[in-house]
Amino acid sequence: MERLEVKGLNHSFGFTKILHDINFTLNKGEVLSIVGPSGGGKTTLLHLCADLLDVEEGSVKNTFLSTAFAFQEPRLLPWKNVIDNISLALIAKGEKKSEAIKKSQEIALRFGLEEDDFDKFPKDLSGGMKQRVSFARALVTKPSLLFLDEPFSALDIGLKKELQSVLIDMISKKELSVLFITHDLMEAIRLSDEMLLLKADPGHIVKKFKFDIVQNQRDDKYVYGKSAEILQDSEIINTFELELKS
Amino acid sequence: MKFALKILKDFPAFLWSGWGAVASILLFIALWDSGNQVYGDLVLPSPLETFKTLHAMLNDANVIAEIKTTLYRASVGFGISLLFGTALGLLAGFFATASMMSRPIVTILVGMPPIAWIVLAMIWFGMGDETVIFTVIVASFPIIFVGALQGTRTLDGDLKEMAKSFGFPWHMKFLDVYFPHIFSYVFPAWVSALGMAWKIVIMAELLATSDGIGASLATARSQLDTPTALAIVTIMIGSLMFIEYIILEPIKREVELWRD
Ligand SMILES: Nc1ncnc2c1ncn2[C@@H]1O[C@H](COP(=O)(O)OP(=O)(O)O)[C@@H](O)[C@H]1O
Ligand SMILES: [Mg+2]
Repeated sequence: MERLEVKGLNHSFGFTKILHDINFTLNKGEVLSIVGPSGGGKTTLLHLCADLLDVEEGSVKNTFLSTAFAFQEPRLLPWKNVIDNISLALIAKGEKKSEAIKKSQEIALRFGLEEDDFDKFPKDLSGGMKQRVSFARALVTKPSLLFLDEPFSALDIGLKKELQSVLIDMISKKELSVLFITHDLMEAIRLSDEMLLLKADPGHIVKKFKFDIVQNQRDDKYVYGKSAEILQDSEIINTFELELKS
Repeated sequence: MKFALKILKDFPAFLWSGWGAVASILLFIALWDSGNQVYGDLVLPSPLETFKTLHAMLNDANVIAEIKTTLYRASVGFGISLLFGTALGLLAGFFATASMMSRPIVTILVGMPPIAWIVLAMIWFGMGDETVIFTVIVASFPIIFVGALQGTRTLDGDLKEMAKSFGFPWHMKFLDVYFPHIFSYVFPAWVSALGMAWKIVIMAELLATSDGIGASLATARSQLDTPTALAIVTIMIGSLMFIEYIILEPIKREVELWRD
């Protein structure tokens, strides 16, 4: 069974403790989201899980066969056009170039890019289009675990919904496991099977929630209802206190 | 290969866009000619006379030999700068300590006037090839070194992380992530170093040798042979413009297509 297991994870930058005693398990086919205020250490946690940062204390065990990462910013190579940016992920996995380009074109279309855009450099793309490319690049390799670091936060509502529905589609088919990080509670409720609440200074998990209905059957009513219910919780109010004030 | 073809394909359009430049050169020649009418042939020979002298010189085997000597010195000096400047600059860029230590040295190299180098080189190497080549190297090396250093220092950490997260093998990290960025710094540095090398080689020859275009210029000066002096200047400027606009600029355009 492929899974990601995090045990007793602590992390500090210099003398500042960022994460304290984080424990969770993500099984295949699940979506686990971690919700917390900005600056709470979410990105740090995700980087530790994805082996982009060295684990200092505690353990991260990842037995997923393949992983991919969609960052908070698109992080495209400015000197590569849309298709080349996407296909690099495949080529890095040893795929043949012609095959990689074919698959990249398919997935680019699926993510709402047009054939006219294929040869464009990132400088000629809008923010939303760049994020689509970044998403396509992460998913083109058909990873079994996807790390998502607030990829929707800079997008307008329409595009956000559109990308989320592509994701929900893949999740419902159990093709994909996701570790999803966000400061948006509703987003987490819409997408995840399990949600952990991360409180800042230092980041630690204060609460866990489970959602039983499959993602493609959660409508706005469900999401709003759940949010309202969860927001009653004093722990949540505490956690987001800083953000509500500012 | 594909890249070379693209450069060739875009070349006619590039030339067409050069009409503005041609117009301004023609305007300049017109001004020059009126200068000749005001000040007379000795001070400022007419463009026509200059070009006639130029034509005669280019058909003279001796002159061609001088040009070859100068070209040889400039290429050797520039080549050495290119090789070592790029390699050392990249190396220094990858290590924070090395780049900090190299800064004052670069400041000295850049800040020292080339004429001072020529004097020192004449004392150290005497009158000959070495002096000229040395001066070309000290003048063009720091430009390339700084370009390569800046290129490596400014590599984007976010992109490195992205490459790591997708498990890019080392050759992809180098070719697809590091190289295009570094090259966009190094290439313009090469171009300006080449311009520098070409100017310095003439200056060093004028002062320190008895052959090469620079020395011919010195002779023309002592004989008050203004048409020849101007013809030599035309050769220098013409060759620089040829290299810069016909060879380097089209390459630069393709290389920097992705830039804002
Ligand atoms: N490389 C780093 N060095 C030092 N401090 C860092 C580094 N990365 C993040 N931090 C600090 O760690 C804290 C958590 O950051 P981050 O994980 O990005 O939070 P989030 O993603 O929840 O907004 C912030 O206070 C940030 O300043
Ligand atoms: Mg973050």
